[in-house]
Amino acid sequence: MTRQQSQRLAIWVITAVSAIVVLPILVVILYMLYNGIGTISWEFISQAPRNGMTEGGIFPALLGTIFLTLGTAVAAIPLGVGAAIYLAEYAGDNPLTRAIRLAIVNLAGIPSIVYGLFGLGMFVLFLNYGTSIIAGSLTLGLMTLPVIISTAEEAILSVPQEFRIVSLSLGATRWQTIRNQVLPHALPGIITGVILGLGRAAGETAPILFTVAAFYLPNLPQSIFDQSMALPYHLYVIATQVPGMPLGIQYGTALVLLFIVLSLTLVATLIRSTMRRRREW
Amino acid sequence: MATQTNLNANPTPTRDSAPTKWRELFIENLIRLAGISAVLIITLIFLFLLREGFPAFIEVPLSDLFSSRWYPIEDKFGLLPLLAGSLLVTIGAVVIAVPLGLTTAIYLGEIAPPWQREILKPFIEVLAGIPSIVLGFFGWVALAPLIQSMGAPSGLTAFTGSLILAYMALPTIISITEDALYAVPKEYRDGALAIGATQWQTIWRVVLPAARSGIVIAVMLGIGRAIGETMAVMLVTGNAANIPDLGLGALFQPVRTMTATIAAEMGEVAQGSLHYSVLFGIGIVLFLITFAINSLATYFVGGGGKRRRGGQI
Repeated sequence: MTRQQSQRLAIWVITAVSAIVVLPILVVILYMLYNGIGTISWEFISQAPRNGMTEGGIFPALLGTIFLTLGTAVAAIPLGVGAAIYLAEYAGDNPLTRAIRLAIVNLAGIPSIVYGLFGLGMFVLFLNYGTSIIAGSLTLGLMTLPVIISTAEEAILSVPQEFRIVSLSLGATRWQTIRNQVLPHALPGIITGVILGLGRAAGETAPILFTVAAFYLPNLPQSIFDQSMALPYHLYVIATQVPGMPLGIQYGTALVLLFIVLSLTLVATLIRSTMRRRREW
Repeated sequence: MATQTNLNANPTPTRDSAPTKWRELFIENLIRLAGISAVLIITLIFLFLLREGFPAFIEVPLSDLFSSRWYPIEDKFGLLPLLAGSLLVTIGAVVIAVPLGLTTAIYLGEIAPPWQREILKPFIEVLAGIPSIVLGFFGWVALAPLIQSMGAPSGLTAFTGSLILAYMALPTIISITEDALYAVPKEYRDGALAIGATQWQTIWRVVLPAARSGIVIAVMLGIGRAIGETMAVMLVTGNAANIPDLGLGALFQPVRTMTATIAAEMGEVAQGSLHYSVLFGIGIVLFLITFAINSLATYFVGGGGKRRRGGQI
């Protein structure tokens, strides 16, 4: 085989393998769309499950996921953005900073089920919140933290140094510079990271198993100290725990969950690419 | 003395310097606290796992933990079947994901025209975004029947789990490998091409060896991702706590992983019971495995000590 032949063969193989990676993603999405779209209706979105969950809709689970995602945002954004500001603007090159970076890498690597165990041990039992929206939100919030910290830090670092120099030379303090110059310019990047992180959180099942998720609730939660149903757990339940569950409802539930998570991912990606195009520096 | 510190620390006009200084100090401390919180949180996680799980390592003799029978109703807490299950599924996933991931990264980084990269990279991000329960559900309703129809006694096997896990580890492997390829200086490629190497020879003999350490990290983090996955694995591996027979046939037997065991059994145990502690004990094992993998990967990167910084002028 000549060099040119092996070159052609290699490029062909690499392209084919890349297709093997990409095509199944399309297959999964189209499969859920094809099988689930028939179930989607206003009733499916807006009604509670009936008759042992074999009829009706997914409203309580959908609402639960929205509450949990909002709770995650409240728990994770201040801490995550704060940590990012610290790493980008204040931290020196010292052992403490290295420890913080090591901790963030490891927080990102801890399995989601271990977050679930921690949430059970700390929020549900030790702080005595019980299985509740607040326990679940805090657990998901901690899990989302590393995504938010690393994307926000990246966004803050991408603000040109000149902005800081000018602001400081006009007599602004360090914090005034950060608040009035750095953060506004880093905002689109920070928002991208936050949305990406929340999208992950909305689709997670393992961390909410023991901290918030209920198999079935006849009533909607009344406060953040109540249990709630949630969409990912609901899909798990109706797919594996309920005998005689109509397949249509299972596909429909999977499709709604997929739609929520992917549209969040898509919005984040769009914000990022528009931001790159509009950047003035 | 006081005036001197004031001059150094705060160049603002004296008019509003006192309140500004206090506010500045307060906010700086708040931000520092947020930074340090990452260390506090990971410490807390470990302490709480220990608090709930430590009794398991005291009350269950070590020889029992390393036995091959997991049967909690009879207080048999042999972890070997679960370790073997996790290991088998993870190895299978890595064997599938590493060649696919490296090749896709090479395609994205070295071969694809810009317009294709613009489409493909968000696409890989979409894969990273698909919830594990949805992938597990897909494996359960579509993939398992397919595998069964190809002759396996059941579609819910270690192989089914490996296949799903491989796709879940792919985004990690692809993006980190791509970064590693990107970091190889353009001069290396130009040099190889200038002395007459083909594009493929350049990639294989020059670019890949130069990106070696980054690729190792990509594989390690992919392993970390795969070993901690829970819901997808729980749905498609059949959940049988047996040590699989050796050989290639092992991949087509049902297995049960450590993660799936925690998820499936925690809901049914009494809080404070031995079974409860053992499940937290498994959590400690998972924590330590992923902590070792991630710390090692960070060590290889060099800890990120020479990063560009915003605040230092």
